[in-house]
Amino acid sequence: MKLNTAAAPHFRTKDSTRKVMSDVLIALTPAVIASTWIFGLRALYIMLLSMISAEVLDLIIVKYIRNKKNYKPDLSASVTGLLLGMNLSMAVTWYQILIGVLVAIVIGKHVYGGLGQNIFNPALVGRVFMIISFPTAMTTWVKPFYYQNISNTISLKSIDAYTGASALGIAGSEGFQNSLSQYSYWDMFIGKIPGSIGEVSALFLIIGFLFLALKGRIKLTVPLTYIGTVLIFSGIFYTINPEKYGTPLFHILAGGLILGALFMATDMVTSPMTKKGQFVYGLGMGIITMVIRYFGSYPEGVSFSILIMNALVPLIDIWAKPRIFGTSKKEVAK
Amino acid sequence: MGFLTFRGGVHPSEKKEMSQDQEIKVLKLPDTVYMYTSNHLGAPAKPIVEVGEKVKTGQKIAEASGFISANLHSPLTGEIVSIEKMVNAASGRKDDVIVIKKTSEDDWQLLPHNDDFTKFTSEEIINNIKEAGIVGLGGAMFPSHVKLMIPKGKKAETLIINAAECEPYITIDERMMLEKTDEIIKGIEILLYASGIEKAYIGIEENKSKAIKTMIEKTNGKNIEIKTLKTKYPQGAEKQLINAITSKEVPSGGLPIDIGVIVFNVSTTYAIYDAIINGKPLVERGASLTGEGVKKPGNFLYRIGTKVNELLENVGLIDEENIDRILYGGPMMGIPLPNIELPTFKGNNAITVLTKDILPKREDFPCIRCSSCVSVCPIGLQPYLLKKYSDTRNYDTALENGLMDCIECGSCSFICPSNIELAKSFKTAKKVVRAMKQRRG
Repeated sequence: MKLNTAAAPHFRTKDSTRKVMSDVLIALTPAVIASTWIFGLRALYIMLLSMISAEVLDLIIVKYIRNKKNYKPDLSASVTGLLLGMNLSMAVTWYQILIGVLVAIVIGKHVYGGLGQNIFNPALVGRVFMIISFPTAMTTWVKPFYYQNISNTISLKSIDAYTGASALGIAGSEGFQNSLSQYSYWDMFIGKIPGSIGEVSALFLIIGFLFLALKGRIKLTVPLTYIGTVLIFSGIFYTINPEKYGTPLFHILAGGLILGALFMATDMVTSPMTKKGQFVYGLGMGIITMVIRYFGSYPEGVSFSILIMNALVPLIDIWAKPRIFGTSKKEVAK
Repeated sequence: MGFLTFRGGVHPSEKKEMSQDQEIKVLKLPDTVYMYTSNHLGAPAKPIVEVGEKVKTGQKIAEASGFISANLHSPLTGEIVSIEKMVNAASGRKDDVIVIKKTSEDDWQLLPHNDDFTKFTSEEIINNIKEAGIVGLGGAMFPSHVKLMIPKGKKAETLIINAAECEPYITIDERMMLEKTDEIIKGIEILLYASGIEKAYIGIEENKSKAIKTMIEKTNGKNIEIKTLKTKYPQGAEKQLINAITSKEVPSGGLPIDIGVIVFNVSTTYAIYDAIINGKPLVERGASLTGEGVKKPGNFLYRIGTKVNELLENVGLIDEENIDRILYGGPMMGIPLPNIELPTFKGNNAITVLTKDILPKREDFPCIRCSSCVSVCPIGLQPYLLKKYSDTRNYDTALENGLMDCIECGSCSFICPSNIELAKSFKTAKKVVRAMKQRRG
């Protein structure tokens, strides 16, 4: 009898990194379906192109540059690609998507050493690169159900006729009341507003998120403090000048906060390890988001707030390390 | 219902149903036993017998050598056939083993004993426990008398009996509580008397409801209280158990006595009863022989030093091709045996045989900072970080981050979705650090 003498513990959970990633993909599915319903097949095409090209590119890099010949995809690149796709506008072209994916996977992920080593959320690295490189395409928002009026839903030749400003964009240039007169809270909640493909439907993002939360896959403190901070911060400003700053509910539903807080900020790799750290991280993102929205020249602040706080995570982790059992005098003494 | 517990921890499948309802069977005497002189924590015992010498059951064959050490007694009436080196699976070293061959049925050599333990003074009881070679039977094998010798300036105030039995598969403590209830309670009374402590608590996990009920009934009117604990691993780890019951924390690097607590495993209290009331030194113990790899899992009372393969004959192994590993102890902290012909120790509360099909091959992934290891660590360590420091031999930083506080419970490795061997790294790093300290003096 040949006995295995591997180290204890001899029991392990049946969990795996691939299962974690596939659960995230499952959780994003309701929002993907909703976005396809709202924006048409072209939305699905953008999200799938981004997702599949990310996975293929990742596979090529790991197999042929990192030289891990027997590598089987862990699906983390698919998550990055899908999230990037959901963060794009309907006006981006296929080569812009591929450039974004390339930046996300190569600069956002592999230059740091691959899965788990990256400091910044790769999808957001790709997205911010695209915002800077293709500013027009990235801020051209089409109206919901625009495709019902044009024959070809994949081509966007006549897109100009169907574009509209995002809710946050109107609020930034024409004031918050103008924005609310065009889009109701209900429209924002179910996603019938112009905006990034996957960020518009709060309802379906939340449904997917609940699935992840029930499976215990998410650092819950992050979205709760992030959204909570936005709520309190905008609440204070709303009390000061409701005309100018808009309602808290508007700030929660109008832009990319729900997608960012539920699925981008919670990226395991780039968020803090302890509840205490996650609290500070969420707080920081909430404040930065609102400062950019109120005082910046850019209408949205979610992507930047997450990237800025990503940079602080190593410091937060050092500051927020847990108390070692039996070390605090206060607690040890009876 | 709010049961007592600690922070962190994991929930491995319990697997207790395999042997939970199996009454403890007394096994027939083995022909030969193999007694490691390192059959306890601390310095190995020094043999006081020679090859060819005749010994009685219970006769001392090796003497404690040092403060933390324990006596060793013959489990058989027979003859010393050799003193040889054998692999010690726990340390990986080759240790001295005294081999005894049975020549007749038991002819006991007993220690002084008395049905009324109050006829002894507390010092006499502690001395008898020392003479009987009793060590912690939960697995740690720490000499019991040392725990009862309270250092100057410290005071023992709380006695805790560890009956949590949080490792999957193992059910011997539960069976002992059901079948040896009165003996265990008397053992606890002996401990209270010897330590001068007024009250004892028995910590039992909620999944052992029969044992909880029985113990509550039988301790009625005595100064022994049953504390129901949440079923969670590692609830039976000494520091976590104390924390759950008293809400106090054993200081980092300290001992339970630093906060006035002494902890004994429930099976150890039975051994103490047997020594003080019946005069029997520690030569036999109960253990679960269990796991998917055995045909009829059960609980058994057998002589220490019996070889594992002989013990397993009593439960039958399934198809050998499918056996993956055999453990001293349970799946969370158990020590894997390199071969089946090794003897048992005083601390073996179980032999667990695991099969290949319940241990599916898992894939390795890089750490994705999921933070599961941080949230399950009962000590509040950051396993993902300690692993990095340990593997890069950055021991000073590892020490600053609590390496030596690690209780090696394996919760971090258990939970890791990337299949990273966290606990293994810490065990190795701790060994290296201890060795470096010793070399520096």
